[in-house]
Amino acid sequence: MRLYLQKNHYGDYGDGHAGGLEQDANQDQQKQWPLWEVFMRSKQGLDHKHAGSLHAADATMALENARDVYTRRNEGVSIWVVESKHIHASDPDAAAEFFEPANDKIYRHPSFYDLPDSLKHM
Amino acid sequence: MLQHTVQTCIHSDTQLKYLLQLADNALILSHRNSQWCGHGPILEQDIALTNIALDQLGQARNLYQYAALLLTEKTGITTTEDQLAYLRDTGEFKNCLLAELPNGDWGQTVMRNFLISSYQFFLYQELQYSNDGQLKAIADKSIKEITYHVRWSADWVVRLGDGTAESHARMVQALELLWAYTGEMLEPCDYELPFIAKQSSFIKAAWEAKIAAVLAEANLIHPTNDWMQSGGKKGIHTEHFGYLLAEMQFLQRAYPGLEW
Repeated sequence: MRLYLQKNHYGDYGDGHAGGLEQDANQDQQKQWPLWEVFMRSKQGLDHKHAGSLHAADATMALENARDVYTRRNEGVSIWVVESKHIHASDPDAAAEFFEPANDKIYRHPSFYDLPDSLKHM
Repeated sequence: MLQHTVQTCIHSDTQLKYLLQLADNALILSHRNSQWCGHGPILEQDIALTNIALDQLGQARNLYQYAALLLTEKTGITTTEDQLAYLRDTGEFKNCLLAELPNGDWGQTVMRNFLISSYQFFLYQELQYSNDGQLKAIADKSIKEITYHVRWSADWVVRLGDGTAESHARMVQALELLWAYTGEMLEPCDYELPFIAKQSSFIKAAWEAKIAAVLAEANLIHPTNDWMQSGGKKGIHTEHFGYLLAEMQFLQRAYPGLEW
């Protein structure tokens, strides 16, 4: 049996998910609760914003943990949680072809139009 | 030590004894839960239980502040919440024995919280209709926190009771250990009667129904033994309580009046 010594700082979730050997990570995950991403809407907010992540055994516990970890200072009135494995991220190495083509297409911004005053949240 | 006049005033006043009993339960349970701080099974639950301990400390403070105010008015001697929490000895504390028992493992801790929070929930619901405006206000403020404590602890009782063979066995053990201490909460003693006589049978029935429902969901067999331990409300405590106070009160005893 292998023992792991991990140094966790307050708010960290260990390095089991950050990388390391594939095999080690899998062994870790069997014992650990899955990771969840937390999105919160503040009282004034219109949309849910990513607040951070946490471990929980299931969705109910994830919501309760999110409540305890992220709303202690009255930050939110609504919480969404989703298991991190269900989030698909763009590849940082592909950032050039993904995002840079938009750099010089300034005409795509609506700044060349006069917006009516009644139009909010633009 | 509290001044003799203040002690005598408490001894002869049912309202003060009643308030202190409510406050002591909140404080001692809070202290036990706070002992988990930094030792929780996982960071998120460490924070969850510490949050709950802080809620309970807040409830205790509101009640001690109210009692201190009454004592100051009645005796003319300035009395503070800190004096009530830190300068009374074991025999003067009126909390139920259930609140002071050691934490044991996580299962025992969540089971204890479930048993007490469920009782507090039905009790504070009744206190919201109290004739005493101050007590009513404290109950109004506390009930939302307690509702969450019940939800959190009941979730854990179900999770562990209906979990693995090991978690189930530990919950059976926890329930067996704690059960004999539950009766004391539900039976009003002499100084409680003027405040809760009419409501106590309803509170007891509601508590029993809640406990039975959650234990059934948790796949735990409802205990049948009805012999109940008591004494805490009268100031007769378990052997664990002196150690608890020694740790909790150390700073004020060693450095009287210390503030930070």
